[in-house]
Amino acid sequence: MPTYHLDHLQHLETEAIHIMREVAGEFERPALLFSGGKDSICLLRLAEKAFRPSELPMPLLNVDTGHHFPELNTFRDHRARELGAKLIIRTVDDAITRGIAIPAPGEISRNRLQIPTLLAAIEEFRFDCCIGGARRDEEKARAKERFFSFRDSFGQWDPKNQRPEIWNLYNARLNPGENMRVFPLSNWTEQDVWEYIRRENLEVPGIYFSHRRRCVRRHGQWLPANDLVPPRPHEEVRELVVRVRTIGDIISTGMVESPADSVDDIITEIAAARVTERGSRADDKSSEAAMEDRKKAGYF
Amino acid sequence: MSVAPFTPAQPVKSGLTGLPSSISHLPPPTGEFRPAVEILRFNTCGSVDDGKSTLIGRLLYDSKSLMEDQLEALERSADITGGGQVNLANLTDGLRAEREQGITIDVAYRYFATPRRKFIIADTPGHIQYTRNMVTGASAANLSIVLVDARTGVIEQSRRHTYLTALLRIPHLVVAVNKMDLVGWSEQRFNEIRAEFESFLPRLDIKDVKFIPISALLGDNVVDASLHTPWYPGPTLLQHLETVHIGSDWNLNAFRLPVQWVNRPNNPTDSRLHDFRGFSGQIAGGIVRAGQKVMVLPGGHITKVKEIHTYEGPVDEAFCPQSVTLQLEHDLDVSRGNMIVAWDHHLPGTGTELRANVCWMHQRPLQIGKKYWLKHTTQSVQAIVTAIDHRLNISTFEEEPTPAGLALNDIGEISLRTAQPIFYDGYATNRLTGSFILIEQGTHATVAAGMLYPPTEVVRPESSEFVI
Repeated sequence: MPTYHLDHLQHLETEAIHIMREVAGEFERPALLFSGGKDSICLLRLAEKAFRPSELPMPLLNVDTGHHFPELNTFRDHRARELGAKLIIRTVDDAITRGIAIPAPGEISRNRLQIPTLLAAIEEFRFDCCIGGARRDEEKARAKERFFSFRDSFGQWDPKNQRPEIWNLYNARLNPGENMRVFPLSNWTEQDVWEYIRRENLEVPGIYFSHRRRCVRRHGQWLPANDLVPPRPHEEVRELVVRVRTIGDIISTGMVESPADSVDDIITEIAAARVTERGSRADDKSSEAAMEDRKKAGYF
Repeated sequence: MSVAPFTPAQPVKSGLTGLPSSISHLPPPTGEFRPAVEILRFNTCGSVDDGKSTLIGRLLYDSKSLMEDQLEALERSADITGGGQVNLANLTDGLRAEREQGITIDVAYRYFATPRRKFIIADTPGHIQYTRNMVTGASAANLSIVLVDARTGVIEQSRRHTYLTALLRIPHLVVAVNKMDLVGWSEQRFNEIRAEFESFLPRLDIKDVKFIPISALLGDNVVDASLHTPWYPGPTLLQHLETVHIGSDWNLNAFRLPVQWVNRPNNPTDSRLHDFRGFSGQIAGGIVRAGQKVMVLPGGHITKVKEIHTYEGPVDEAFCPQSVTLQLEHDLDVSRGNMIVAWDHHLPGTGTELRANVCWMHQRPLQIGKKYWLKHTTQSVQAIVTAIDHRLNISTFEEEPTPAGLALNDIGEISLRTAQPIFYDGYATNRLTGSFILIEQGTHATVAAGMLYPPTEVVRPESSEFVI
């Protein structure tokens, strides 16, 4: 007697595939944002499921801040090659050189500077839609964002003026210059992402697993010791057994002390975790509305 | 927040003002996690003071979905804006604009899980924009929780929320009678409220209704059974959410595949791929089997399913709401917006003259004679509203004849004419093939959500002509 039930991962998967295909069906020039992080790794598998045996009907796009973990970029390039996908990389360094992104005096973080770099890439390739791996459980502003997130011709998100999304009917219509950001993983949690990685047996960059690393204590977090912001004399430096839970730039990603060296371990660890994933991201902590402000300016 | 180590759970530090003290007595999580089997989507509706945010806060906390950094963020905001008082509403009221104005402007989604199920909460505010917000948040829900304050009982908003639940055909309704502690856990008061609901429920055609006496603040009957309500034999709210039968919430009777995307690899070097021609989509109803006879609309051609292709390989059958790719026996011209249906006695309706209930979602009112884009499944056609037949008074569920127009948050029955025929089912039969949105031309704003009446005309191929 067959049972016609989907478990939670199958349910999230079919929802996400449906959204990917809506993008392919409704937009002329979509792109898929791929960083090599765990969420975008899931996006790529969903794209394979949505479009194989055809080639992926969209290129991969990555904004390289210049502060990425080198392991992440290696993985990104390797995965794109493996899929035979076209990978477009635009760098913040180049955007600074060309005067598209202008650092404030003393500004080291590349977080804000990603925004003009991304918007310039969208303009350069005339992308009308970018698929991203953001999830609603990550952050309060994201919790209010739609699957199809409309951006005006300045790339801005207006939280008070979002298109209602009803049933599975997505309004993908745009006027010239306007843009859509689409988030197929909106309903996924961190736990779902790792369970999906386990079920699909997906490869992830090694920095998600426990490893030894020199870390520096800064702003109440252990950050990877790096040359961009070298340890100052008063700062404590230690070699620890750590992994990353969420990957931002190397100067702002908190390392968590963890012995988890398999996907199973990570799933167990998350189930017992007492802080959210974003708790280890300095960029989100700066203010209660940090993400809201960045999204309004065009961030993901 | 100091470092973020993955230490075993520690009891959350006490001293959070405004949080019920009992939360620190919760058993620590074990760290074992069995993947949940199903997802239940529900929405919560209630007016500002019904304790909705407290209820969500408690569900999140008691299921260990509320983390230390979130509690700290709550504390921080309490110091800044709340005069030191922690407000659980800050958990759900995400945007600065909302916190400053003390309102919720839109739908927020929350996630939590128990070992039995995963839950998606669409938290819809109960103030003036409630209709638009609730329709947005609840359209895909399995279950709707209507919160009632035990002291005030059924008010206009309770009625509206219940009517909307019925109109959207959300299969399960929970009436959570909250603040039972403030009426002395009175069984009589609970029964009075229940009787009030039952006086108007029969004409609403909601399949499954459950009444639960709770105190969201104290946690009674939310996760753990209350000691104060020995007269209540039923499940706690969470027990109900974990066990309510949602297996039959999808339509499995009549196969419908709206074609989203045509999969043509066009690979000149691989002959197997060169001939591959698949029609991809999410099954919007029923079950499809390899070898089954299907009809392709709008052409009306009959053919067979050659293969049900998935990334994992071909499968013998697939069902709603799976995403699949069908290969057909015959080489037919099929494109996005077409629909593949079972060639059986469950054929869909068709036509250009439609009747529907719509919820108007935009500041600019509905205009008779104006052209809109109508998006139905994967098809977009132009449509003109030809008449507004009546407006629904959402406070009384009475029909008001011949209204002048429909404004933001109005619900009404309208007649439409489309430029091309669409293939559809009544909303009561299938929420996916019976629903549409209207999009304003020019601005591209989504202006309405529509629920179609059962078709008067069914697809009728003249058999000999259409069979290949």
